[in-house]
Amino acid sequence: MKSLRHRLLFAYAMVVLAFLYIPIVVLVLYSFNASRINAQWSGFTLDWYISVFQNRYVLEALYNSLTIGLIAMVVSTILGTMTALALHRYKFRWKGAIHSLVYLPILIPEIVMGLSLLVLFSQLAIPLGKLTVIIAHISFCISFVIIIVLARLEGLGREMEEAAQDLGATPWQTFRYVTFPMISPGVMAGALMAFTLSIDDFVISFFVAGPNSTTLPLYIYGMVKRGVSPEINALSTILILFIFLVTVALVILPERFRNRMGDKKTQRQMPF
Amino acid sequence: MKAMIELQNVEKEFNGQLVIPPFSLTINEGEFFTLLGPSGCGKTTLMRMIAGLEIPTRGEILLAGSPVSKLPPYKRDVNMVFQQYALFPHMNVEENICFGLKMKKVPLHEQQKRAEEVMALTELTEYRYRQPKELSGGQQQRVAIARAIVNNPKVLLLDEPLGALDYQLRKHLQLELKKLQKDLGLTFLYVTHDQEEAITMSDRIAVMNKGHLEQMGTAHEIYHEPKTRFVATFIGENNILCQGDYCYALRPEKVNLHDPAIALEKTSTYRLYAGVVENVVFQGTIDKVFVRLREKDFDLPVLMAYQYFDDKRRWRPGEEILVGWEGPDAVKVES
Ligand SMILES: Nc1ncnc2c1ncn2[C@@H]1O[C@H](COP(=O)(O)OP(=O)(O)O)[C@@H](O)[C@H]1O
Ligand SMILES: [Mg+2]
Repeated sequence: MKSLRHRLLFAYAMVVLAFLYIPIVVLVLYSFNASRINAQWSGFTLDWYISVFQNRYVLEALYNSLTIGLIAMVVSTILGTMTALALHRYKFRWKGAIHSLVYLPILIPEIVMGLSLLVLFSQLAIPLGKLTVIIAHISFCISFVIIIVLARLEGLGREMEEAAQDLGATPWQTFRYVTFPMISPGVMAGALMAFTLSIDDFVISFFVAGPNSTTLPLYIYGMVKRGVSPEINALSTILILFIFLVTVALVILPERFRNRMGDKKTQRQMPF
Repeated sequence: MKAMIELQNVEKEFNGQLVIPPFSLTINEGEFFTLLGPSGCGKTTLMRMIAGLEIPTRGEILLAGSPVSKLPPYKRDVNMVFQQYALFPHMNVEENICFGLKMKKVPLHEQQKRAEEVMALTELTEYRYRQPKELSGGQQQRVAIARAIVNNPKVLLLDEPLGALDYQLRKHLQLELKKLQKDLGLTFLYVTHDQEEAITMSDRIAVMNKGHLEQMGTAHEIYHEPKTRFVATFIGENNILCQGDYCYALRPEKVNLHDPAIALEKTSTYRLYAGVVENVVFQGTIDKVFVRLREKDFDLPVLMAYQYFDDKRRWRPGEEILVGWEGPDAVKVES
C-alpha cells in the first residue's frame, strides 16, 4: 500500500518536473543543432555559440546585464540590509505599515512597476539609459533583500548583541564582530537573489531601458521579433546555465555558512 | 567591608507599568549575594539594570562608589552570564573567551596568557577549538563563565545560570561555582528562583516578591527567622498559625509527635495540642505526617510534621495523636 502511494507520488513529481523542464531541455538541445531550421535534428555543432560570441551586440548586452546586475546587487544589498536592521531594532509608530509596504513591490504586477517608473523618470526628466535601469532594478531588489535579511535577524534575538555589549563591545564592534557575521548568510542569499532577479528581468527593463542599455533579455526579445534562430537558443542556454549556477550558489553557500555557524534550526531551503 | 554595588531607590517601569517599585540594596565586595524570588518578580530586570542593558526609570546605581546609571553596558566593569549562555556560535571556545579582551584591545600575548589561565581554571583547555554547538550544556555553561571572568570584572552577574541543566549536574556545579567565587574573591550577584540553590551557595540572600524586597539576610536568618509570611512559605515548608491579627511560622521539623497514651513531662514553654492523623506521605528520608487539630483557634485545620525514620514509631491515618513544639520555634511573621 505504502509503496504504491510512494511510487505514485514519485511519478507525479516526475510529471511536474517534466512539465517544467521539457521546454528548456528542447531549447538547450536545439542550440547544438547543426540545422538552421529548428524542427529537425541534423547533427551536433557549437557553431551557434561561436557566432554568438562573435556578435558585438550580444557581447555588449551581456556586459550591460552584468554591470547592471552587479551594481544593483551591491546597492540593494547594502540599502536592504540597513533597512532590515532598522526595522528589526527600532520601534516606531508606523513600523507595521512600513513592514507591509516592503512586500508591496513583490506583489505589484511588474508591468505596473515598469510603467510607474517610466512615468517617474520622464517627470523628473531623467534620460532613459543604464542609470534608469539600475535605479529600477535596485528598487525591486531591495524588497527581496529586506525580507531575506529580516528573516535571519528575527531568528537571532537580542541576546547575542547584549552579550557582546556586556563584554565591552561598542555598538560598532558589536555589529562588526557579532551581528554582521551572524546575519551574513542572509545577506549573501539576498545579494545572490538580487543579482539573479536583475539578470532575469525583462518587463521592467523594457520600460526604462534607453539606447545604450540593452540587457540580454531585451536583446533576446529583439532577436525573436526577427524569428527564432539557433543563436537565440545558444544565448538563452548560456543565460539558463548562468542563472542555474547562481541558484546553486544561493542554495549551497548560505547552507555552508549556516553549518559553520552551528545553526541547527534553519533547514536547507531556498530563502523563500 | 566595602560596598561594591549600591542600588538607591531604583525604579523601573515598562510601558507605564511599575515592575520594580523603589528598590534599595547594598552588596559588599567579595560577597556571594543571591536574589531569590518566584519567576516574574523582577530579578532579571534588576540585574539587567546593573549590567546596563535596561535603564532605570528613576534612582541611581553605584558601582564601587561611582554612579553608573548613565553609562552604556560596554563601559561598565561588570559581566553577565546569561540564562541561555548566549555564546557566539560563529566562534570557537577560545575565541569566545578572548572576545572581551579583544574588544578592549588588550595586547595579544596578554589575551593568550589570561585565556590560558581561565581555560585551565574552568577545565576547558582541551575543548578550546570546539564550536559551542559541539559542547554539552555543562561545558557551554563553563564557557559562559570563563568568557565573563577573563575580563576581571568587579562583579559577576549570573542569571539563573544552572536553570537549563539537569538535577545532578546542577548540584555539582553549585559547589564548583561557590568554590570558584571563593578562590577568585570575586563579588557574585546570583539570581535564582530555586530556594535550595540559594541556601546552599549564598553568603546573603535577598528574597523578592512582586518587585519589592521581602527580606534580606544570611541563609540561616532567612530560613530560621522569616519576617514575612511570603518568606516563610517560599523558603522550605512551613505551617502558618494565625491567631487574630498575629501569625506564626512553624517549621514541620520542629513539630514533635507524641502518643497520647504515654505521659509527658511538660516545660513552661512547651505547647501541646491534640489531634488525629489525617494522612502520612512517604518521602524517602522522612514521613510527612498531616495532623487535624482538635482546637480551632489557629486558623489552620491541618498541621504538617516531619517524622524521621530513626524516631520511635510510624503513624497511621486515624490514630489519636498529640503534637507539640517549643514556644520560641514558632516565629512571628507579618501576614
Ligand atoms: N522588556 C520588557 N517589556 C515589558 N515588560 C517586561 C519587560 N521585561 C520584563 N518585563 C516584565 O517585568 C516583570 C519582571 O520580569 P523579570 O525581571 O524577567 O522577572 P524574573 O527574572 O524575576 O522572572 C514581568 O512581569 C515581565 O513581564
Ligand atoms: Mg528571569
